[in-house]
Amino acid sequence: MARIEFRHIEKRFGDVMVIPDMNIDIPDGEFVALLGPSGCGKSTSLFMLAGVYLPTGGELLFDGHRVNEVEARDRNVGIVFQAYALYPHMTVRENIMFPLRFKKVPPDEARARVLEAAELVQVSELMDRRPSQLSGGQQQRVALARALVKQPQLLLLDEPLSNLDATLRLTMRSEIKSLQRRLGVTTILVTHDQIEATTMADRVICMNKGEIEQIGSPDDLYLRPNTLFVAGFIGSPPINLVDGQAENGHLRAGEGTFDVTGSLPRRVTVGLRAEHMRFGDAGMPGRVRQVEPMGRETLYEVDTDIGTIRVLEAGSTAAHRIDGQVKIAFDRGDTLIFDSDTGRLVPDAHFAANGSA
Amino acid sequence: MTAITEEVAVREKAMRAMRGRQRMNSIIFLGPATVIIVLFFLLPVIVDIVIAFSDMGRDLQISKFTTRNFERAATGDRRLPKVLFLTLIYVGATLAIFNVTFGLVLALTTTALPRGSGGFFRTIWLMPRMSPSVVYIVLWQWSVHSGDSSLVNQILKHVFGAQENIDLLSNSPVPLIILANGFIGASFGMIILTSAIRGIPDHLFYAARCDGAGSLAIVRHITLPALRWPLTYIGIWQTLSLMVSFEYIILLTGGGPFQDTTVFALYIYRRTFASGQYGYGAALALFLIIPGIIIALLAWRLTNMKELLQEPRIEVH
Ligand SMILES: Nc1ncnc2c1ncn2[C@@H]1O[C@H](COP(=O)(O)OP(=O)(O)OP(=O)(O)O)[C@@H](O)[C@H]1O
Ligand SMILES: [Mg+2]
Repeated sequence: MARIEFRHIEKRFGDVMVIPDMNIDIPDGEFVALLGPSGCGKSTSLFMLAGVYLPTGGELLFDGHRVNEVEARDRNVGIVFQAYALYPHMTVRENIMFPLRFKKVPPDEARARVLEAAELVQVSELMDRRPSQLSGGQQQRVALARALVKQPQLLLLDEPLSNLDATLRLTMRSEIKSLQRRLGVTTILVTHDQIEATTMADRVICMNKGEIEQIGSPDDLYLRPNTLFVAGFIGSPPINLVDGQAENGHLRAGEGTFDVTGSLPRRVTVGLRAEHMRFGDAGMPGRVRQVEPMGRETLYEVDTDIGTIRVLEAGSTAAHRIDGQVKIAFDRGDTLIFDSDTGRLVPDAHFAANGSA
Repeated sequence: MTAITEEVAVREKAMRAMRGRQRMNSIIFLGPATVIIVLFFLLPVIVDIVIAFSDMGRDLQISKFTTRNFERAATGDRRLPKVLFLTLIYVGATLAIFNVTFGLVLALTTTALPRGSGGFFRTIWLMPRMSPSVVYIVLWQWSVHSGDSSLVNQILKHVFGAQENIDLLSNSPVPLIILANGFIGASFGMIILTSAIRGIPDHLFYAARCDGAGSLAIVRHITLPALRWPLTYIGIWQTLSLMVSFEYIILLTGGGPFQDTTVFALYIYRRTFASGQYGYGAALALFLIIPGIIIALLAWRLTNMKELLQEPRIEVH
């Protein structure tokens, strides 16, 4: 088990700067998720931890020791690749055994550990098959067993669930999570799926274009996003973003004007989460443009003075129909106001009153 | 006519047209290959068999059909065992040392280098194959001839201080023909194996490194298993081509000194065209053709060529 630190880590491929300056501190035993859109440098960060890529600058510390120069094979890091990377010509047993070959583990103990790892992820019935004879979920479990069998000090998971179907993904999600709890191994999960990140991890690191946008608990990221990017990336359905101008305690957006508190820059973006919006007797008037029943909830798109606003209401049967006239209300505490130019949250700014035009 | 029978008639006509088109397509696509196989493979084999059972000589006349040629090959040709033994050595050594082993070493080392320099070294090894065989052999002759000016003798004199020239062409002609063919043959294996190695997904190498494997262990456990089919293919293909070709030998040593480098294919050529024993030559040629066909068919069955060619791609994501 290890505490992991990135100190001013930089990674470039030739002229291409992929990660300019990355700083993370992960305490021993924590489960963190590296969340970000495709191409933002998640796998690159993971590969640097594994020792597959060398950082071009900065320091990588395991338990306070610099590991930049330590070879991949000496790092004792377990990794599950996005495509699993099982050795195609080896059986499941041989695959799981492979890391132990190089560890001078006595044969008896090695066999016992392989069996133990296989049982942990429930693949002990498949030991003599080859990877090509396994389903995606089974391959993923074998990859996990292979990563765990060496009792790694750090477990890296690169989008391990992306090839699985929805139900299997749900089971594997909770299985990996409880496994991590049980073993207490420091774990980094790479994903571009915000639900995966927020449901599995203790802390989420949200990345964009090689930069860390925010590090925090799933709640932090959801309730107090530091940036417009995080606000837009976390939450489903996506947050409503409304552009406006602030002037003398007033905020004008579209046809609407609101009273606001706090010192605001001139150009602002207001974030309103769909699930914080509700229909009421008083509030912002609007006309329903679209109704999408989603099972337990119904998503409405409503045309208002400030633009189209998504509203998520509990209940499967639609209370309002398309073209129906509605009023939208919300609590002032749920409003997020961002500086449009920097994309950063203006922390002390709020609407002066609960939502109404 | 009713509407229904009319419709049936129309459909039948369309079906006929389609079948006609299919037949046409198969002729267009398979025709040329079939013609080539018949003209340049099947027909010569049949002609060869006919001549093998005849007494055709320098006058190209057949006066009677006989099995005498085969009797002679089995019992009456004292040179034949020596020729066959030499062929075995020549094919075996060239294949084992160069075409497979050295080709593999070249592929492994050049793919481990950065792309640019790897390509550079591969190009160097391809040059013999790309240059005309006469030019290639002239270079060899210049390197090994017995005079003062040969490359070997120059090196021996100036680097090792040797007093006397050596004459490789007279003293060790067999290693020489193996080297000359091997330098060319290695590039065949190199190219096929290079692309096979390239076809192995990167993440397998990454995974092996993270699992604790060193470079040698990676070659052994990741690369070589992925090269099993390509290696089999190279072995079979090169066996066949080494067995039947004598181009470089005839240019470099002429099959000599004496008959020391006369391999089976060259021996047949000499018997047939130099001594004009067409019947006997044709009979001997059958001993090249028949094993060749058997090996090729076996290879087809054993390696399942189709799978072989696609295998590396399956794992790519
Ligand atoms: N070997 C490489 N050479 C050059 N550029 C690279 C290399 N590997 C990655 N990159 C670039 O670095 C950036 C980050 O890549 P990375 O694979 O880390 O993205 P990612 O966040 O894992 O994306 P995804 O979710 O699609 O897997 C990309 O823009 C990619 O083009
Ligand atoms: Mg990735």
